[in-house]
Amino acid sequence: MKFLTTNFVRCPIKACDSSPDSFPLKFQDTTLIQEEQDFNPQFIAAMLERLDWPAVVSVASDLGNNSLPSLKPENISWEDQENSQLLKDLHTLLLETKIVEGKMVCRNCHHIFYIKESIANFLLPPHLAS
Amino acid sequence: MSSRPSKEVIEKEMESFNTIETPVLKEELFVHKVYDEIAEHFSQTRYKPWPIVEKFLITRPDYSIGLDVGCGNGKYFNVNKKIWLVGSDRSEGLIKCATKYNSGLNNDAIVADGLFLPHHDNRFDFAISIAVIHHFSTEERRIEAIKRILSKLKLKTGQALIYCWALEQENSRRGYKEGMDQDILVPWVLQKKQEKRNKKEKVGVKDETVKESTTNQQQQESKELETKMRYYHMYKKGELVENAEKAGGVVIDHGYEKDNWWIIVKNA
Ligand SMILES: C[S@@+](CC[C@H](N)C(=O)[O-])C[C@H]1O[C@@H](n2cnc3c(N)ncnc32)[C@H](O)[C@@H]1O
Ligand SMILES: [Zn+2]
Repeated sequence: MKFLTTNFVRCPIKACDSSPDSFPLKFQDTTLIQEEQDFNPQFIAAMLERLDWPAVVSVASDLGNNSLPSLKPENISWEDQENSQLLKDLHTLLLETKIVEGKMVCRNCHHIFYIKESIANFLLPPHLAS
Repeated sequence: MSSRPSKEVIEKEMESFNTIETPVLKEELFVHKVYDEIAEHFSQTRYKPWPIVEKFLITRPDYSIGLDVGCGNGKYFNVNKKIWLVGSDRSEGLIKCATKYNSGLNNDAIVADGLFLPHHDNRFDFAISIAVIHHFSTEERRIEAIKRILSKLKLKTGQALIYCWALEQENSRRGYKEGMDQDILVPWVLQKKQEKRNKKEKVGVKDETVKESTTNQQQQESKELETKMRYYHMYKKGELVENAEKAGGVVIDHGYEKDNWWIIVKNA
């Protein structure tokens, strides 16, 4: 699972639907790899606008990266030379960082979902799938 | 010679399908298990995008954020590189194919059930769900599945494109048509490599070296055909629109393509 995807997944258990704690998931015991990808600053700038920034900071910290600003960088134009390092760094984090193994824990119900061989699995055991 | 199972065999399977107690278990045995078993083979047959799906994806505004519910091997992942697409599927086998063959910069694939989507409500610009909802075995669950997709879309602007198999098949060799039972089992014929049998006979080549004879032995592994049955609910004309409305959606466009009914739907 790409880092970016962590911003778009939360606990699927019905009882957690309305809980703010069902997102972001808490990442534990993770193994990461960096996979080189083409850099598209326009894509990153557009995504940045759509991201839940506190969740990015939280997941980054779960993965051992505490270097992000706590406030979301605003009005980042991809054409502006000044932003190129920021966008490159975000590219490295969001698209090139892949979680290959690990656990995702819901902060509300504490259910654990697993990532194995890069694939995150959100299927529920029968007693929770109703 | 046809490798398709006879009518009797299919009827017998249908009987056993009908005795299964819950819809969940029916789908487990006659949909999910089957897709996992046929994943690699199935994936090889899925690469041509259907025109209306392609058009829908290409016409999304740049850098839209979307879902592909029941994405299978991810055959729609790279149609438009200027969108961000999170694909999900019940079948781990198919999600593995999606990551292996179709993963790209602008997409990712996860294992999830369409009725338990692990995403925020009201966040996504669009969704597609192509040939998936017809695998739910009751009308209630099919409507619920549409509801789950709608709930993930942005309230006013989010749109979903949904395809389901049509009862009215135009030129299909399968010959399903109006008036038939809408709940059916469709065979998938899988070539399964069997264990080596102890065949000793030579395969016609003389003066074989040791190496060649090993090759021959491997070729003797007989390929046996195995049939897997998938459950489908075939949609009648008008039924998908009706389901979507019952799910609380407003249908903004609909039609028929490639033996399927399709709709574009948004929240009311
Ligand atoms: C006919 S395939 C279509 C795959 C892909 N959308 C395409 O167009 O090639 C049906 C897919 O639906 C998936 N599926 C069936 N039931 C599902 C469920 N309850 N939740 C998620 N996916 C499901 C299957 O695993 C399979 O990948
Ligand atoms: Zn939870």
